[in-house]
Amino acid sequence: MISPVYGLVYILFAPVAGGLVAGIDRKITARMQGRVGPPLLQPFYDVGKLFEKENLVVTRSQDLYALSYLVFMLVSGALFFAGGDILLVIFAFTLSHIFLVLGAYASSSPYSFIGAERELIQIIAYEPMIILSAVGMYMVTRSFYVSDIAASAIPLALYLPGVFIGFLMVLTIKLRKSPFDLSTSHHAHQEIVKGVTTEFTGSNLGKIEIAHWYENVFLLGFIFLFFAFSIPVALVAIAVTFLIEILIDNTFSRVKWQFTLRSAWIVAGMLGLVNLAVLYYLSGVLHP
Amino acid sequence: MTYLKRSPWIVHYDASSCNGCDIEVLACLTPMYDVERFGIVNTGNPKHADIFVVTGSINEQNKAVVRNIYDQIPEPKVVVAVGICATSGGVFRECYNVSGGIDIIIPVDVYVLGCAARPESIIDGIVKSLVILEEKRSNMNSPDTLREPSKGGK
Repeated sequence: MISPVYGLVYILFAPVAGGLVAGIDRKITARMQGRVGPPLLQPFYDVGKLFEKENLVVTRSQDLYALSYLVFMLVSGALFFAGGDILLVIFAFTLSHIFLVLGAYASSSPYSFIGAERELIQIIAYEPMIILSAVGMYMVTRSFYVSDIAASAIPLALYLPGVFIGFLMVLTIKLRKSPFDLSTSHHAHQEIVKGVTTEFTGSNLGKIEIAHWYENVFLLGFIFLFFAFSIPVALVAIAVTFLIEILIDNTFSRVKWQFTLRSAWIVAGMLGLVNLAVLYYLSGVLHP
Repeated sequence: MTYLKRSPWIVHYDASSCNGCDIEVLACLTPMYDVERFGIVNTGNPKHADIFVVTGSINEQNKAVVRNIYDQIPEPKVVVAVGICATSGGVFRECYNVSGGIDIIIPVDVYVLGCAARPESIIDGIVKSLVILEEKRSNMNSPDTLREPSKGGK
């Protein structure tokens, strides 16, 4: 059931895919703003440069936390692509972000602290929706294993439209896109907006960036599960979703944390829970 | 193969500038000039920066600030003084409240002249500074120039 080969493929090739996705993102963003934009491989240059720089830390524990963030992101993504238990994947995924928050708290910088608090609020905002997605997938396929969900011939997106839209909502938070790029932003011109990553320099920042690539590939893989009945449809869905995210990123301004938390929970409650309730009543039809 | 030249990140500080040069620095980011073509990003965070772009002259109020920002930038780093005030104090040189150019506080690698400096010359200055940045990186790695870890500046 669990295939370590796919997990290994993820560990080896997710940074390549994630970096390219980030490059495409920056290119499309630039074109949307009427600019030429950086080369496609710019994210790789950036990370390569970060590893050439001096690693300035406030405290040595920052090294450990940055590394833990990367390692646990790797573990959760590899488990996901190997077809493991989706709940375990989600818990490892959350844990990796907790390490990022701890790393920010370790640096005793006010900007870092605000970023860490905002990151915690974001975790509180998106966590219920991600759990609801897993529960929804279980209710349709009767399995928490990613391999079973992916192998299912049932078009999950048709049974879980509310959950899918709710997941798209928290995906904006997870991809660190405007209007929900509170804890740290790609377009930060101030330290307070850079948040959790403010006090990370050089190779530590490089590790966080690579972990973010792993994270993005994992999240796009999560979208795949909703359309796993047909691979071409799934790939188109991933591409369209990502383009919509870039469009949202470029059209909305950053909102306050109160709005982020409220809207994420309202969407999770309205669309996610209602969707699951309907599924519950229809369970006789689904699984006779 | 080095990545440093392909991805220079900038922190920009306005040291008592009249805002003329600052507008020109920000103009470099607009679609007209779009320095992100060269991978140049305005970070606003000294700990992520490679190039320190300073506009305006030094006075008693900002001495400590300029020094502090410079110290927070990880090695290798270069300083680009943009505008005539940053290079020498300009027409304000003799003022009682102006101490002089940026180089009285920190070592400056590239001087960009002009009042205000034009975006083209700012981009030219930053591209020139990349060569110096690369030199500093290769010196950093060579064993004969061992240096202290930067604690509170050099």
